[in-house]
Amino acid sequence: MIELSSVTIRIGDFQLKDLSFRINTGQYAVVMGKTGIGKTTILEAICGLRAVHSGRILINGVDVTRWTPADRNVGYMPQDLALFPSMTVREHIEFAMKVRSRPAKEMAERVTELASLLEITPLLNRRIKGLSGGESQRVALGRALSFRPGVLLLDEPLSALDEETRVTAQGLLKNLNKVTGVTILHVTHNQEEADALGDCCIWLTKEKSTGKVIMQKAGD
Amino acid sequence: MGGLSACFILLIVLLLVADVMFTSPQEFASALRKPEIQAAFRLTILTCTIAAVLSLWVATPLGYLLSRFQFPGRRIVDTIVDIPIVLPPLVLGLSLLILFHQPFPFTQWLFPDNNWTLETWLREDVGFPITYRWPAVILAQFAVSCAFAVRTMRVTFDQINPRAEDVARTLGCTRSQAFMKVALPQAWRGMITAGTIAWARALGEFGPILVFAGATRFRTEVLSTTVFLELSVGQLDAAVAVSLLMVAMAIVVLLILRWIGAGLTS
Repeated sequence: MIELSSVTIRIGDFQLKDLSFRINTGQYAVVMGKTGIGKTTILEAICGLRAVHSGRILINGVDVTRWTPADRNVGYMPQDLALFPSMTVREHIEFAMKVRSRPAKEMAERVTELASLLEITPLLNRRIKGLSGGESQRVALGRALSFRPGVLLLDEPLSALDEETRVTAQGLLKNLNKVTGVTILHVTHNQEEADALGDCCIWLTKEKSTGKVIMQKAGD
Repeated sequence: MGGLSACFILLIVLLLVADVMFTSPQEFASALRKPEIQAAFRLTILTCTIAAVLSLWVATPLGYLLSRFQFPGRRIVDTIVDIPIVLPPLVLGLSLLILFHQPFPFTQWLFPDNNWTLETWLREDVGFPITYRWPAVILAQFAVSCAFAVRTMRVTFDQINPRAEDVARTLGCTRSQAFMKVALPQAWRGMITAGTIAWARALGEFGPILVFAGATRFRTEVLSTTVFLELSVGQLDAAVAVSLLMVAMAIVVLLILRWIGAGLTS
């Protein structure tokens, strides 16, 4: 479950004021809005990379507003994927488990499980350089899911993919949500993508008279 | 424009050719057989290597700090780092000498009966004096070469996408773990470049060493001071031979830099 309660975020002159919404456990929520309206900022605030000025952020009922990103147990997949150039695909998936000092057997089992789910088993020993957009996207997804986060934040994960790969990836994401039960918050510009994936949709629009960003939630 | 560029290239080539023509292979070999020059060569290799390692050790976290973080006084720190680069070498040596031999106001208050200085404390209490000994050579080299290494490491980290470290933090890393596990493995070529530049700068250092460490044969003499000592006693052929040795060492360092640069581009 993700809950934002009267959250205000300030970055220089830019401000997101009084944001409140709630996404229930296991739901697939889609965030839509114009470029530069603050969609990525909201994701960064939820995963702890952006400090909030006021308000509260709750993950699975726990107030994590002042917690470090490491303590929040939130999987984050940025738009640029931000893969680690010095690591192999296997090392990406093992990364979060190694940080948590998980046993080698558990890590190996999790790598096999995720590689199979994301269909990247043949890529496990390859480095990031030379992977296609779709392959890179699945590696980033595997890395974000590896430590079994309660919440997964996806920032335009399918924007760099061609139409055919995009449809396949949509099926993969929906399946992930169903199989793992992880709560997903997915930022997109694509209405078709939102319709295909979202159980609910959060719209961000700017009020013309005041310039304030307003949030509207559709669906449950 | 091409003519001007050609003149500059020609000037450098002529400088090297003039050095080579001034001496003969026999004179070159005989100069390098001198025990004092061999001792200076060994001390140069040793001190340059230690200064380069120390520079890298300090420059890597400092370059990262300046590249990634906004903090009060950041601009001041950034400027202070550049001071050894722009300071006249003799002034730097003199400043080091004064630092180690100047009683400070707070030390006069703490030790009223004793004329406390950093050098007397190091000599009498720690048993490790610095001035006019080999550690002074390293410190004088380090003061300049570290500034160049910091600049190189800062540019290196500027070129590495910080988003990967952000993601590492969401995966469970602290800031220092993100630095060690994600940023540092990507910065290794920059570290080699910074280490090489620091080593080359340390090799060329002369003024601060002369003032702070002196030029005592078999004790604090490095190759740059050898050239000065040989010149001062009229041994021009030996001075040229040592100069050519330093040119060869500099060329090796530049070739390493080019090789790393080619690797970075590819």
